[in-house]
Parts: sequence; structure tokens; C-alpha cells
Amino acid sequence: MTLETEIEDGLASYNFAYLDEQTKRMIRRAILKGIAIPGYQVPFASREMPMPYGWGTGGVQVTASIIGPDDTLKVIDQGADDTTNAVSIRAFFAKVADVETTTRTGEATIIQTRHRIPEEKLTEGQILVYQVPIPEPLRFLEPRETETRKMHALAEYGLMHVKLYEDIARNGHIATTYAYPVKVEGRYVMDPSPTPKFDNPKMHMSDALQLFGAGREKRIYAVPPHTNVVSLDFEDYPFEIQTFEEPCALCGAHGVYLDEVILDDRGGRMFVCSDTDFCEERRAEGHRGHLSGEAMEAAE
Amino acid sequence: MSDEPLLRVSGVSKFYGSRIGCQDVSFELWPGEVLAIVGESGSGKTTLLNCISTRLMPTAGTVSYRMRDGQFRDLYRMGEAERRFLMRTDWGFVHQNPADGLRMSVSAGANVGERLMAVGERHYGNIRETAADWLGRVEITEDRIDDQPRSFSGGMRQRLQIARNLVTGPRLVFMDEPTGGLDVSVQARLLDLLRGLVNDLGLAVVVVTHDLAVARLLSHRMMVMKDGKVVETGLTDRVLDDPRAPYTQLLVSSILQV
Ligand SMILES: [Zn+2]
Repeated sequence: MTLETEIEDGLASYNFAYLDEQTKRMIRRAILKGIAIPGYQVPFASREMPMPYGWGTGGVQVTASIIGPDDTLKVIDQGADDTTNAVSIRAFFAKVADVETTTRTGEATIIQTRHRIPEEKLTEGQILVYQVPIPEPLRFLEPRETETRKMHALAEYGLMHVKLYEDIARNGHIATTYAYPVKVEGRYVMDPSPTPKFDNPKMHMSDALQLFGAGREKRIYAVPPHTNVVSLDFEDYPFEIQTFEEPCALCGAHGVYLDEVILDDRGGRMFVCSDTDFCEERRAEGHRGHLSGEAMEAAE
Repeated sequence: MSDEPLLRVSGVSKFYGSRIGCQDVSFELWPGEVLAIVGESGSGKTTLLNCISTRLMPTAGTVSYRMRDGQFRDLYRMGEAERRFLMRTDWGFVHQNPADGLRMSVSAGANVGERLMAVGERHYGNIRETAADWLGRVEITEDRIDDQPRSFSGGMRQRLQIARNLVTGPRLVFMDEPTGGLDVSVQARLLDLLRGLVNDLGLAVVVVTHDLAVARLLSHRMMVMKDGKVVETGLTDRVLDDPRAPYTQLLVSSILQV
């Protein structure tokens, strides 16, 4: 649609991707600053969005500011494309930006996510937008914002290890499994949002651009492509990702993040890929897990 | 003792508008020396302590510190990062209220270990071992290492705060009424412990107290303050046994029980 036809159609007040151009420029400036200072939390004037906080308003504002008519959007929630949250955000952008949407990781140019990084390796040119509830990794032990900002400014991160020390003292190992803190490019300590620590290694040297938006907390931060992202740990308690004993019950994949699914009330359960698109694509290629037959029958 | 002081305080004043916090205070502190600053409440002793420990910017005067490389540095011309690093490595600060100097919601072991982690120690086993050792030195049994200070008595909390400060081997420790909130019997035990640690480690200490008994037991030298000014200074035994300023005489003769 040309500008002329837009005006002719009486759509002069229409804002592409919901936000007005001035707001989008403000958010883009915050994003650019975040990219220039990897891992640094950039304050921004978060706007009201037509959805409640906790529904990813930070991620939505970031996506709205970077999306263009030629983009293809994928939205996932805990790895799944079909949850209420993911479906409604996808529908929102299909409506306000008239963009293509997809569930396939490889086809997407922008992937907005809550709590997972896709299993399929992201590539150059793709952008992963994280919805972040609490951006401040030091908040757990230091509630004063003035103090945490100073700690970031001066790179005083001893407190982060106090948290990990407490984990080991209490549990015998580092029990933090979500929102596991990372150090970005050797400088800023960052909360990767509540993704499982399983996904932390995918952030390291990623070919894709990673953007983080926290709506309620009014913060944007970024990890540019090919950036060093290291999970914090101790020499004698090194960082480890979760491992799963069995492969996915549906597609047989090893080395992926699995969700537990309860099958019946007699204790029957199976472990399946949390990344639904990854699982479906593998099955389409003919991969089978040990329960794929039964699960298919049960579903029919 | 070294042939150069550790801390040089020169002409330090702090005004709050027209009100005097402390005025024109100068002294030098030598390695291993314990200086008591005594006075009633409102005498300016706490203001002075805060000014020399970089917790409060003085209105006038300079405070310089001999760094580990032997060079004197003006504390108020240092960058904030360097100053904060100094405060958590080469200095300690023991607050009257242990809750001000401890993290009440993390374990005793992590309270002691925090400074080690802050300077880059990344071996859990070593941190824990050092923390256990320091808990022992302040008479806290090792089986309390994973307990939070919330569950500790006042005396134990204060001993934990001391261990937390000393773990990095500081050369200078500031103390603000370190026995202030404690029962008399607990005070005596803590003072014994403090005196032992200060001697063993050769610490330089600036201790602010209203309690002349604390000054007598801990300090080599004392400074008496009134209305923001130093009215008498000298070796502790001399000042207490033979006070010269009329105000000190009043203080010592217990007419003023502060
Ligand atoms: Zn699968």
C-alpha cells in the first residue's frame, strides 16, 4: 500500500505496528544504545499496551519498534506456538502490522519469546526478542535500585556469587535453573529472563541479535550477534546445563529441552520437546520416539 | 610500627549550614595504632568518623591514606570505584548495629565470604574454608556457618560483622560504638576478643565511643571532642589518669556520665 492510498483510504491516523512513530524512534534509540553496550539495562519510557503487564508488554514494544512489512513473525511461550499468550501476540501483529506470521523457526525474521530459545540454531539476520519480567539480576540480594545501578556502573558483582554460594551451601549444588545469571562480553552481568539455564549456551556467540524488553520495569537490553555470554559459576562447581535421561517420546530427539506431560491419572507420563515446532518438523522428517504411535492414537 | 603514618587527617571540618558538625580536626594514625575518639552524643565524633572513612564528604580539609604501594592518596580525589574497592579490601567498618553491616538474609558463611568473592575468589571450597576459619576466630562454631544472622544473638552478630570485615586482611578498621547495644557481660567478652584480634593482626583502628572503659581497654591514644572540636588529645592512660582540659576532667571524674 502506498502512502497516497493510505491517505485516500482515510487511514492517516493509523500507526503501523500500533505505536506512534515518535515512540518507536524513542524505543529504537534505547535498543541501539543497548546494542552498543551489550548487557547494559537502558531505561526507556514504557508505554501502555492493549494487554496487561506480565503478558510481555516489554517484548511487544520492542517487536513493534523493529518490525517492518516484510518481516515474518514467530511468537513462542515456553517453547510453544499455540498458547493463548503466543497466539494473541501473533494475532495482534498480524492485525496492526499486517505481517506474515509463522510457527517455523527457520522462516521467522523476528521471534518473540517467553521463557525459551528455539532448539534450531538461529542465523544471521534473525532477531530474538525476549519478554522480561525482572531485568535486574542483583535484585534478589540488593533491593535498592540506586545501589544496584552503582554496582553495575562499577562492575561490583561479588553479590552475584553470594547468591550462587548460598545455593551450593543449601542444596549441595547450584540449584538456580531459570534466569541463571550471565556475564556479557566480560563486563555487564545480565539476567537472561526466565529461560531455563539449558538455553544459556545458545546465547553465547549467537549469529542472531538478541533484544530484551521489560515493560513494567521500563528497561531494554541487548546482546548483539557474536557476543561472549558466560554463565557465572565457581571453579569447583562449574556451570552445567540440565540433562535428560530419555530422548523426546514423540520425535526421539536427544540433547533438547523436554517438558513432562502427564498422560493419565495412573502416573503415566512422557517427556517431549518443549519446542513444539522443532518436534513437529522432526516428525515430519520421519523421526519417531518410543511413544509417538500411542500418543498419536490417544490424540485421535 | 612503620616510619610513616597510615592515615593523615588535616583540617577536616563539616558544616551543616551554619551548624558545626566538626571543625578543623587534624591527626595522624600509625600502622597498628588504636585511636579512640570519645565524647558525648552531639560532640561531632560520629561526623568526624564518617568524614575520615569517606562516608560523608567534609566541607573542608583533606584525608589521605597510604596505599599498599606506599603512596599517599587523597581519599576525596580518588575515583569512586577505587574508593569502594579500598573500603572492602584494605579497610573495615564495624557498625554499632550489626544489621547495618551484615546481610541478614544470607548465611554466616556467605556474609564472611562476600568480600572474598568481591575481589575475585571463585573457588567455593576455599571460600567456605576461609569463612569457617574466621568464624572460629570470632568464637562462632562451625556448625552455624549456614545459619542466617537473624538467628544469632546480638553478641554473635557483632562478632560475625567483625569476621566479615577482617577476612580480606585490612590494615585499617573504623568502629562506631562497637559494643554499644550489648549487655555488659557480652560487652566485656567482645572487647577481649577485639583487643586480641587487633594485637594479633596489627590493625590500625579508629574507634568512636562514648564509653571511657572501651577507650581504656582498646586504645593507645585518645581524642576528646566537644561541640565539634578536639579539646584534648594524648596517650590514653595519660588522658584518663591525668586529664588536662577542664571538660576531660569532668568527663573522667564521672560527673558527666555519658
Ligand atoms: Zn520432540
